[in-house]
Amino acid sequence: MKLPAPNAILGGAIVGIVILSALSGALWTPFDPLKINFAARLQPPGPVYLLGTDEFGRDVLSRLMAAAATSVWISLLTVTAAVTAGTALGVFAGYVRGWTDRILMAFNDALLAFPGILLALGLLAVIGANKYGIILALGLAYTPSVARVVRGTVLSLREKEFVEASRVMGNSEVFTMARHILPNCVAPLTVLATSMFGWVLLSESALSFLGLGVPPPAPTWGNMLASSRSFIAQAVWLGIFPGLCISLTLLGINLLGDALRDKLDPRMRGV
Amino acid sequence: MAKTELLSVEGLRLTVAHSQMDVVKGISFSVAPGEIVGIVGESGSGKTLAARAVMGLEPPAIRRTAGTIRFEGRDIAQLSPGDLRKLRGARVGMVFQEPMTSLNPSMLIGRQLDEGLALHRKLSPEERRTLILDMLRRVGLKDPEGALQSYPHQFSGGMRQRIMLASVMLLQPALLIADEPTTALDALVQRDVLELMVELTRARGTAVLMISHDLAMVARYTDRIIVMQKGEIVEEGATQDLLREPKDPYTRKLLTAMPHRLPARHIPDAAVPIVEVRNLVVEYGGRQGFLRKESGKRVLHGIDLSIKPREVVALVGGSGSGKTTLGRAIAGLLNPTGGEIRFAGRSIVPGSEGWNDYRLNCQMVFQDPYSSLDPRMTIGALVREALRLVPNMSSREKTERVREVLNEVGLGGDYAERYPHELSGGQRQRVAIARAVVRRPAFVIADEPVSALDVTVRAQVLDLFADLQERHGFSCLFISHDLGVVEQVADRVIVMQDGRIAEEGTRDAVFDAPQHPYTRRLLSAIPILVRTEQDGVRLRWRDEEASPDHGAGASRPEAYASLG
Repeated sequence: MKLPAPNAILGGAIVGIVILSALSGALWTPFDPLKINFAARLQPPGPVYLLGTDEFGRDVLSRLMAAAATSVWISLLTVTAAVTAGTALGVFAGYVRGWTDRILMAFNDALLAFPGILLALGLLAVIGANKYGIILALGLAYTPSVARVVRGTVLSLREKEFVEASRVMGNSEVFTMARHILPNCVAPLTVLATSMFGWVLLSESALSFLGLGVPPPAPTWGNMLASSRSFIAQAVWLGIFPGLCISLTLLGINLLGDALRDKLDPRMRGV
Repeated sequence: MAKTELLSVEGLRLTVAHSQMDVVKGISFSVAPGEIVGIVGESGSGKTLAARAVMGLEPPAIRRTAGTIRFEGRDIAQLSPGDLRKLRGARVGMVFQEPMTSLNPSMLIGRQLDEGLALHRKLSPEERRTLILDMLRRVGLKDPEGALQSYPHQFSGGMRQRIMLASVMLLQPALLIADEPTTALDALVQRDVLELMVELTRARGTAVLMISHDLAMVARYTDRIIVMQKGEIVEEGATQDLLREPKDPYTRKLLTAMPHRLPARHIPDAAVPIVEVRNLVVEYGGRQGFLRKESGKRVLHGIDLSIKPREVVALVGGSGSGKTTLGRAIAGLLNPTGGEIRFAGRSIVPGSEGWNDYRLNCQMVFQDPYSSLDPRMTIGALVREALRLVPNMSSREKTERVREVLNEVGLGGDYAERYPHELSGGQRQRVAIARAVVRRPAFVIADEPVSALDVTVRAQVLDLFADLQERHGFSCLFISHDLGVVEQVADRVIVMQDGRIAEEGTRDAVFDAPQHPYTRRLLSAIPILVRTEQDGVRLRWRDEEASPDHGAGASRPEAYASLG
């Protein structure tokens, strides 16, 4: 067994740390992330508060961990929702083809034409900013790209002779779809879902930054970054740490996504 | 001796860079000026890599680890990239296998032909144009002037290969490397293109290195043959000698793997044919619009055929003859525009009761063993899936049947646990056959089942197929463009041309006394190897006068039986 590529190890390690701290953030943090302590306002990083405190004296590390839990949870649910809806739509459109496909895809392309974040902003304005509103809005915004990828895969798969062979065996369309087409969509979907996890995380942070995310006082990387702006001169760590969290996590996810693509795409093997 | 060689390769060793595996293991050969040499071998024998290395065109993952290649006395490893470029095209030309991709689709033919000339020869544009037009005329283009202003997609595969040949021969190279130059072409076109190639190169004294898996085809045109297997040269010799007295067992195996005719079987007449097709019409692209009805392109013009129980009927024709469409329509993979298909006397319409019975009894083997098996399922699961809809069969019986069938196709033991990508092409096609016969169908449609396979593997798969057919007695519609294969397996032959049946008859009638001109053309396009008195093999075309001592008919089956 060959060792995975170094970038896969690095990506995996970063994503692993994020997930671990998110898990921990949901159960245990060094301090209460919401507890206000004016005696310890704007403390620089030190032995007690490892990453310092914010303008209300709340521990930054604890808040970052709690925020990781929120962000990872939201992103996971969003990706699951988008992948489920998009796959259902894509498989259906790709398999029935014809007018149904054209209408569905026209609608899909119209949605794709909007930047995901803009779409989510509009939807959030209607739904209202809360955790499930964000999941719904981002989920809807990312469904079209999944539908596109799945539809394309299904279109090429259904011309394969093994799908015809299934028809010759007398299998029903639904069985053929479930037994032969869906499992063969898993590889491209895994790659897409991984990188989508990164985009969703970024969008969620952006929404929070704009004040449309999970409502305060609950911490998110985005709203921590937003509130740090007023104190950038006195307490630079308030901005640096959430920013680092976002960019490192994205880096990790992208590295992992690339490694997955190389592993799952047989054309990238060998050579 | 060495002084007079045009190309001499010594101890050439090619290695896959990352795994240190040798794919060409120290081979030596040479080509004299004006000589036509064939390299024959199966896929993976290293024949294409060896030929590409001559032009320094081996793929990046492959390294030349030993050996020298001398062309016109110069070691090509010593040449600067600039000198090497001057050599390519001008002194060594290459014709590739795939005419669909070897011409640039976005360039006019005229520009493409001009490119090489302008690069290698100092001529005025007018002189170049005259040369190009002359050459296009020589390769048989009807309207050379018009061709200059056309794009590759406006030509058929055969025409494109002619144009490719023209573009290479324009530069009057000393050596032409032809890598499976006609494999992608129709049998009819193959012979024309090859004869043109030989004629052009003979006229200019160009040496040819012809690479092919098809021994008969190579034998027809070459002076000398090199047989390669697994990266090594196993035999080399003058074509006549090699055919007459093959020394290496592998060469003998290649020769015996050539399709051959078996004695005709007697198929008893049955009251009801197993499959009957009446006036079948298929149109593509027809569309029922809101107000108007567009009629599509008609690809089948009312086909009638019937297949008796236990009979193997071959459907033969060039590409575009509609044979595959007919097979797919009978398999129920596309809905015919008109006509009727009857199975065991009952008309079958999707959804009817007869349809379910037909589904259980009609199975299909597809052409491409690489795409006909779901890559995510094990061999056992793939074969077992065919039994899913069989009524009244217990799970244990199914398991037992799958094991039995896998044993029958020679994939017993732990093959059931493996995945398709772990199997070779021939093994995959065995799985596809197992999947088709596991239900004990009454009727199997085989669409070019062996055309993607190597010669020796093809022979094994054909034997297996004949064996299963004999044992289980299913009827078969065998679709193929390869007349050699058809001659071996078919009881009856149907020749199709342009969506119509051109000729129909027993195998011996069609092959020995073809009536329709199209059948005669098809038959004349394939060279066949016949055994001679002197214990060897001789090659001839079917349209050549058969010599009295080995006439076309009776003497051949016995002759083949003792060969090898």
